[in-house]
Order: sequence, then structure tokens, then C-alpha cells
Amino acid sequence: MLRMIGGRLMTTIPSVIGVIIVTFLLTRVLPGDTAAYFAGPAATPQAIAEIRSKLGLDRPLPVQFVSYVTALAKGDLGQSLTTGQSVTADLAARLPASAELTLAGLLLAMSVALPLGVLAAVKQGSWIDHLCRVVATAGVSLPVFFTGLLLVYVFYFLLGWSPAPLGRLDVFASEPPRVTGLFLIDSLLAGHFETFRAALAQLILPAVTLGIFSLAPITRMTRASMLAVLGADFVRTARASGLTQAKVIGTYAFRNAMLPVVTTLGMVFSFLLGANVLVEKVFAWPGVGSYAVEALIASDYAPIQGFVLTMAILYVVLNLLIDLLYGVIDPRVRLEG
Amino acid sequence: MATIPLLEIRNLTVEFATRRGAVQAVRSIDVSVAKGETVAIVGESGSGKSVTSYAVVRILDRAGRVAEGSISFSGVDLVAANETQMRDLRGREISMIFQNPRAALNPIRKVGRQIEDVLLQHVQATRATAREKAIEALTRVRIARPEERYDAYPFELSGGMCQRVVIALAIACQPQLLIADEPTTGLDVTTQKAVMDLIVELTRERGMSTILITHDLGLAAAYCDKVVVMEKGQVVETAAAGEIFRNPQHPYTRRLMQATPRIGMSLADLLTEPPKAEPAPKTAPQPPPAPTPSGAAPGEAAAGQPLLSVEALVKEYPRPATGAFLARLMGKAEPEKPAFRAVDGISFSIARGETLGLVGESGCGKSTTSMTITRLIDPSGGRIVFDGTDIGAIPARQFAASPQRRRIQMVFQDPTDSLNPRFTAERAIADPIMRMGALSGRDALRARCEDLARLVGLPVELIDRFPHQLSGGQKARVGIARAIALDPDLVILDEPTAALDVSVQAVVLNLLEELKGRLGMSYLFVSHDLNVVRLLCDRVIVMRSGAIVEQGTAEEVLGNPRAEYTRELLTAIPHPPM
Repeated sequence: MLRMIGGRLMTTIPSVIGVIIVTFLLTRVLPGDTAAYFAGPAATPQAIAEIRSKLGLDRPLPVQFVSYVTALAKGDLGQSLTTGQSVTADLAARLPASAELTLAGLLLAMSVALPLGVLAAVKQGSWIDHLCRVVATAGVSLPVFFTGLLLVYVFYFLLGWSPAPLGRLDVFASEPPRVTGLFLIDSLLAGHFETFRAALAQLILPAVTLGIFSLAPITRMTRASMLAVLGADFVRTARASGLTQAKVIGTYAFRNAMLPVVTTLGMVFSFLLGANVLVEKVFAWPGVGSYAVEALIASDYAPIQGFVLTMAILYVVLNLLIDLLYGVIDPRVRLEG
Repeated sequence: MATIPLLEIRNLTVEFATRRGAVQAVRSIDVSVAKGETVAIVGESGSGKSVTSYAVVRILDRAGRVAEGSISFSGVDLVAANETQMRDLRGREISMIFQNPRAALNPIRKVGRQIEDVLLQHVQATRATAREKAIEALTRVRIARPEERYDAYPFELSGGMCQRVVIALAIACQPQLLIADEPTTGLDVTTQKAVMDLIVELTRERGMSTILITHDLGLAAAYCDKVVVMEKGQVVETAAAGEIFRNPQHPYTRRLMQATPRIGMSLADLLTEPPKAEPAPKTAPQPPPAPTPSGAAPGEAAAGQPLLSVEALVKEYPRPATGAFLARLMGKAEPEKPAFRAVDGISFSIARGETLGLVGESGCGKSTTSMTITRLIDPSGGRIVFDGTDIGAIPARQFAASPQRRRIQMVFQDPTDSLNPRFTAERAIADPIMRMGALSGRDALRARCEDLARLVGLPVELIDRFPHQLSGGQKARVGIARAIALDPDLVILDEPTAALDVSVQAVVLNLLEELKGRLGMSYLFVSHDLNVVRLLCDRVIVMRSGAIVEQGTAEEVLGNPRAEYTRELLTAIPHPPM
């Protein structure tokens, strides 16, 4: 098992190296001049040149690359010019926020999508199947900023049930002592139930927004995969042996149908983690997506490189986890691993 | 029979709702099974034999329903029974064995657990005793080392072993009626015999009744008391097994029996009517002699030599490495395991115009041999001399570009899977011509395809259809037309009729024989069906675990086998008593 994980990690090294090179080059060819941006609109050419040399941007590309990689080897992702913090610190602060939001959204989506997909497949053509189709279509066709704003309008502005959409905690609450960086978990660990409630209240609307969006792929995949499995010979055998409907669907069909669903879950998760900029913007959520976009607008290289690299590594780890999960679900995969 | 039958099907009609309205898959049939009786339901695909059994257990598709009639099982009306009652009956009173045993088992659940599920469902065991009882069930079906097998997954077991597990599952709760739906289709003859013997023994022991659903008359005759013949959803004849073979009443039964290959008959005997005056001869032009590639001119010059001679052919597959990538990377690789020899130094030859049969059970290396000769995979050693050229030396990758490619063609086992579902029959037939042929121009191509269609007896108006719009026999013809499109010298037939009904098989076998004579081809006929091989082949090779066990003329090998293994194979074939 450990050997397999090791082997898998080794094979990802070339792609990580590729990501390092490509992000470095891409940020360099992007239009926009970092020095000019930071010097401000009124700066003289000399001032700009001075800033450029101070940032080391006047050196030839290979030299810049070498110094970037040298720093990287020491775990230094560089300095963000916009925030003034090191990129490592910025990402460490923001990644848990994104992860918490994405996880919550995904869990919400799963808790609705999996039962809905299974029911739609079992009762194919019934009202629940149609409901499933409507939900899935609505989920993808409504843009997240629209659902987000609508939710804020209804639940904050009209009903006043939820707190102001201003980040992870309202101004009066204090952050829980940091363990995982996920406020819900940290506050529980510390026993700060007040903080837990506050963090949860802040989290619900953005998580629902994300959840609605990711409902569609999960529901559809569950339904399609269940339909395929329900038509399989072994389900017929299980029925012919007199097993109850619950046993046939739960133990026999659902576990077999999980494989493609798990793949979809992984894809949706890694997509949402970096791409939910719009939700982060609507709810002033201090996540990595909005951080990267702000850095991109400012032609701030180090955060962009750091962001892409982190995402690439997360993606690799996530895929590994999914493969391991595959092995747990399907013994045939274990053999090949 | 004086006693009340255990199962009585009366006037049963099963309908399927389709887009074009209701279709009756089974029409007003009557079948009865007495206690302890073994009844065969025989028929070709689409005869409604499986649907009947699904209706009994009530596991029809959503679209299917019993439209009329009654099914009563020891006094219980199965059509009217509610779902809970049915569930209690399934598996405990009536159970089923299915075709394709590996697919019939849950691929990701240990086989022991699957047996436990059934035992627990029907309260034949408690949580505490389930494991023990499941192992007992495995022991009953003679699975060696049942304690270990309990933890096996279906993919770790052979087909025959999987079928034993399915049987264990079916009889775990000691049902009164066992329905076996083509339980041995796709299994080797010796495995088939073992499985059938097991079923019969287990059911006799317990006084169970059995319904055997099969397309194989030989099997029905060998194992059943009564035979019910179905055609297109109707029962055409019901009689005692001995009686029906001695004195078949219905023309369909006679046709079916005629088409079943047996000892002491010729290919033409398989057909009920003498082969129709082929529509082809008048118009079908004898295609121009194949433009022979430089040098080796086939025909007279090399008449003495065989067309193909295989010398000490070896194909090895590396065993999966157990060492991890990391270990190999660091040079800590374990000593190489000896490679698996799928084909172990075999030699044989095929003369011009000859049909050589290659026989053996699954895993014996016959497919590897045929694929190597077709040059789809590379041999690990030995020579494949085709008409004077060692084609074994040409890498498989480059063989497609070799001029020899067009001279060796293949007809594949599954007529459906070997056709591109998005190609019309014409496009499929034209495919090799477009890649390798000298023909140019739409009209010439079309004309050639039409000629080929006539040659293989495919109605010309069908060649614009897609595979799903053709019947099994028609698809087989398309596959054959494609193989002969380039006038090959050698055609490798890989179980070309295994997926076909006997009546269709009879026609296709005759077609192959006729084409061979007309086009002057040689065949390598790969099959596990010895009766078919006997009819079609001049010489036969029997293979076992990569080596040739016996070879000689078909008469010698199959009439008077010298090798013990060949004898074993021959005795395993069920024969209709006639």
C-alpha cells in the first residue's frame, strides 16, 4: 500500500516540474508590467526602472527562473507585492477558508444529489426523476453570483435570518485557536460553541450557493451510473435470490455505482476549490480564488505562481486519495495497484 | 402424471411495452413441471424461453408484464402474489442460475458474503452461523478449499468456479424448483459437463424440480426428462426427452435437430432444404486473381509447399511485476519471474485449400496462436512462414502496411462486437478495400461491395443498414464479406459461429465451405466445438496449455483419438440420442 502511494507520488514529479516551468513562463508573457503598476500612474520612467531592478525583473529570464527555483526548494514562494506578506503565509491563511467553503458546499450537494440520483434511477420516469432533471438543469443554468445574490437578498436583506455576508466571521466574534484552519472544526476542538455558531451562520449561504451549482454533475452521474448498474446481471441475480429492495439497491447496486461518482466528486471538488472566485467575491470570503485573481490583475507574479503550484499539488494529492478510495470500493483496482 | 404439478403455467402471455406498442414475447404457452422432474425448454434466441422463466420468478423488466394466463407454484398464484410473498419465494422456493456466471455475481463483494446475504434473507442462518453455512454451501458444490474461496471475489475465480458459486447461491436455501437459464453457455465442454453433472446430482439428491433453459438440444437430451420446444414465443412441442428425439412431431423441432451438428453427418445435412440455388452465381464475377506481391507467386510454382508453416512458435507474456516502481527505480528489482508461455513451441502447417481446425479449451493458447498468425501480436520465438516469406519477422505494427496483410484475413468471434456500430454494412465491407485495395471511385467500390454481399448471401438491399438493424446471421455474413473482400489466401476463423443459433450456424458453415471452394482459400478454424470442427475441417490440432496434444486428419483425431485429453473432450460433449 505504502509502496503504491510512493510509486504514484514519484510519477507525479514530472508533472509538478512541468507546472513550475509553465506557470513561470506564463506569468512572464502575460501583458502588464509589475513595476509600472506599483510605481503608480504618476511615476517617472526612472522610478519605474528603479523598482524593476529592485524587484529583479530586469535580469534575464533564465536567471530569474533559477532564483525562483532556488527559493522554491527552500519552501519560499516569494513575496506578494500587493499584500506585503509572504505568499506562503497568505496561502496558509486563505486555503483553509476555501477548503472549508468548498467542502461544506460539496457535502451539502452530496447529501441532496446522491439520494436524489439513486431515487431517480430506481423510479425511472416518475415525478422524482423529473424533479431530478429540473434540479440538475436549474443548478447549472443559474450562475453562482446570481444564486448567491438572491440568497443574500432573501435571507439577509428581506428575512434577516442570516448575518451580513462579510467573510468567515462577523466582526464581534474572534477566530478560534488555529488547528486545522477550518473554523467549524477548530471552534469545536476549542469548545467555543459561540464561535462555531457564528462561523456556521456565515458559512451557510455561500455553501448553499456552491452546493446548488455542484448538484447537477453529481446528480446526473449518480443517476446514470445507478441505471447502468441496475441493469446488470448481478442485480438480477440478487433480485432472483429474494433479497429485499433495500439490500439490492443499497449493498449491491449503489456500491458498484459509486466508482464514477467518486471520480466526479474529485473533479468537482478540485474545480470548485480554485474556481469559486465569484462566490468568494459575493460573500467577501477570504479564499484563494479571489486572492489569485487580485494578484493577476496587479501582475503580481509570486502569488500567481504560488497559487497554481499549490493547486497542482492539491490536485495530485486529491487524485491519489480518489485512487485509494477506488481500491477500497473495488477490489479489482487493488490488484492492479 | 397423476400428481399435481409443482409448477403449472397456463395460457401465459407476456407483453413488452415498446415504442411501437405492445409486443408479445410469449404467447399463450402451457408448461408444467412435476415434483422431481427435469424439464428442458429449448429454443433459439428470441423464442421467449428466458422471458418465460423471468415471468415465473417475476423479475421481468419494467416494460414487461404478464398480460394473460396463470402461473401456479404449489398452489400459490404467482401472477397475483404480492411483492413480499414473491420475495419470500425467490431464492427459498424457486431459485435461478444464470448464463455468464461471472457477470451474475456482484463483482465487488466476496462470494461468501453473497451467499450469506441469501441465507440471512431467508432466515436459514443467523449472523453467528452465516459464515459456517456459506462455507458449507461452497463445499456442497465441490469447490476446493472453500474456506479460502469464501473470501474470493468473482474476478479471482474461473468461469466454471463462478458458476459453482452461483449454483451454491441458488441451492443454499434448498428450494423446490431450480431454473437454470443457459447455465453452461460460454463454458468449456469439460466444465460444462462438470457443472451439468453437479446440477443434476444436487437436484436429484434433494428431489428438486429443474427447468433447464437451453439452445443446445444435446444438453437437453442428455440431462432432462421432458423437453418443451419453443419458437417465436409459442410452445410448438412438448414430449418426453427420448420420444422427442426419436420422433419429433413439429417441423420446427425437426429443423432444429437437423441443424445440430452430430457425428456421421455432412455439412449439407445440417440444412433442411438443399442449399438454395444461390442468387450469386449468375452475376457474381469471379474476382480477378489477387495481384500477387513481387516474387512469391502463389499457385503452381509453390504447389508442393504448404501455404503456411509455423515452426516452433512461442509467445510469452511477462508476469506482472510485483516489485513497486520505486524499488525498480532504485535497482532493487526482484529476480525476474519466468514469463508465462501462452504458446509453447508449436509447429504445424496449412496446405493450400485446406481447412485446419484448432481446438482446445479456454486458456489453451488457441486465440494467441491465431492472433500471432494473423500478425496482430508479435511472437516471442519461432517462424511463421507464409508462402515462402517469414512474416513472423515483420513486426505486428508494420504488418498492416505489408503487402502480405491482404492475403491473411480474419473473421472474428462476435459478429456484433467486431463491426463498427456507426458503419453501414457496405462501409464495413468496403473498409479493407479502401485501405488496401486497388479499387478507386465510389461506383466501383459500391459494385464490389454488392458483389461481395451476393457472394456471402446477404441481400443487397440490406447493405445500407447499420449493424443493429441486421440479424446475427446477417452480421456474420458482413464479417465474412469483409474478410474475403481482398481475396485473401488464408482466412482465420475465430469461433465464427459461437454466438449464432444452430440453424443460422448451419447456414454460415455451409457458406464458408462453399466460399472456400469457390475462392480457393485456406482456413484456420479456431473452435471449441468439436462437432463443428468435425464437419468443416480436413485436419485438426488439439491444443492444451500452449502445446499441441494431438494432430491429424479430422477423422483420425475425432474418430479414434490417441491422446487422453482428446478423448476427455469428446466424451464431455452431450449427444442427442439418435
